[in-house]
Amino acid sequence: MAKDLLYYLIFPGLIFISVAGGLLSGFDRKITAWLQFRKGPPLIQPFYDFLKLLLVKETIIPARGSVLTFLAAPVFAFAGALISGLLILLPGFGFKPGFSGDVIVVFYMLTIPSLTYIIGALAAGNPLASVGASREMKLIISYELTFLLIIAAVILKAGNTIRISDIIQAQVEQGAFIGSISGLLLFIAAVFCIQAKLGLVPFDMAEAETEINHGAFIEYSGTAYALIKLAKYIMFFILPAFICVILLGGISLNGIQVLWTILKIMGVVLLITLIRNTNPRVKIDQAMRFFFIWMNLLVIIAIVLILFGL
Amino acid sequence: MSFKNYCFKKSLWLFHFGGASCNNCDIEILDCLTPRYDLERFGMVLVGSIRHADVLLVNGSINKRDKPRLLELYNQAPKPILVVAIGACGCTGGIFAQGNTFAGPVDKIIPVDAYVPGCPPKPEAIIAGIMHLLNKK
Ligand code: SF4
Repeated sequence: MAKDLLYYLIFPGLIFISVAGGLLSGFDRKITAWLQFRKGPPLIQPFYDFLKLLLVKETIIPARGSVLTFLAAPVFAFAGALISGLLILLPGFGFKPGFSGDVIVVFYMLTIPSLTYIIGALAAGNPLASVGASREMKLIISYELTFLLIIAAVILKAGNTIRISDIIQAQVEQGAFIGSISGLLLFIAAVFCIQAKLGLVPFDMAEAETEINHGAFIEYSGTAYALIKLAKYIMFFILPAFICVILLGGISLNGIQVLWTILKIMGVVLLITLIRNTNPRVKIDQAMRFFFIWMNLLVIIAIVLILFGL
Repeated sequence: MSFKNYCFKKSLWLFHFGGASCNNCDIEILDCLTPRYDLERFGMVLVGSIRHADVLLVNGSINKRDKPRLLELYNQAPKPILVVAIGACGCTGGIFAQGNTFAGPVDKIIPVDAYVPGCPPKPEAIIAGIMHLLNKK
């Protein structure tokens, strides 16, 4: 029991996930700054931001909003991100065997932060927040099918198992999935999916700062915004880690493997940062077309290749 | 200096309110965020919503139409909020002070924590003003 609590709260639970997420977000900002020939903020800037919002700033509740929904949404976003993190990392690091079907539970849990952003934005009673919420909704509709197909393809590739530890085991036996053509196609689609899930630049129309002033988050301040930031940091760590688990041969804590794990996750983060810094924001209909037609097509080709054993 | 205060100073988010300015100060403020001056070194970013702001940058003269908007923004901002008046117009009214639509310099309307004079102030001056503000607190 005490050991479980240690897992959930310290490693690889709350504290570890938050710190890793914050550091990765700092890494992302630093790389962004370097790409623009700037010096950039210190690596631990996300922690300053979070602590400032949490400890110093006042939380304002919009006059026309629904108070309970508005304040509960960030808590659920944070909880959803944390639970999906635990479900990925506990079997990933081999602390717990996990249960049959956990990859599907993870899929649902990863949707919760985006869903709660929508609910919170609609409860804020601000027209710009509603615009952001409606865009986020359309974005979810477009990338969720692709993401589900990717997971289905991975399940197929791993020999019809729906348990994360078995998926990792299958990759230990046959080599990481990305080594095959189908795995490569899946990886490309997955990177675009997490780009959309994180709301980063080609797909950041839900919080487009220059257009609708942070959209869905426009009314959040103080502690509530701190929780949203924390959920975003956690997602920034969890989604690359999930890609590593299902496609790049898993994550591990044994000896030199730690270094490999860190390099893999940082590599994925570097990739999404590069995509985010070299692309303009697309319109919502372009994003929907991109996922519905091109990404789905890519994944379906990958599934066909898997059926032929490639 | 307490821990809270330290975090606050390390992560100031700026919100830019341009009054009836000649548009030159606005450009100088944006200059501060370009690669050459890079205010993000100090953790400062420009935000689009007053709900996220820690510093309200006000430039330009405040005329009768701007006044209620500036007051509303100040009231909607989560406290603590610092106000910086930028440019001769923001500090005193500058060349617009005699105009018949002029509604008083910024500090007649909301409390101001720092002044950056100049017409327009150089980006270096703005950075120096903000650094002054950080050291004062
Ligand atoms: S201070 Fe000078 S440069 Fe700035 S807005 Fe006023 S007139 Fe323009």
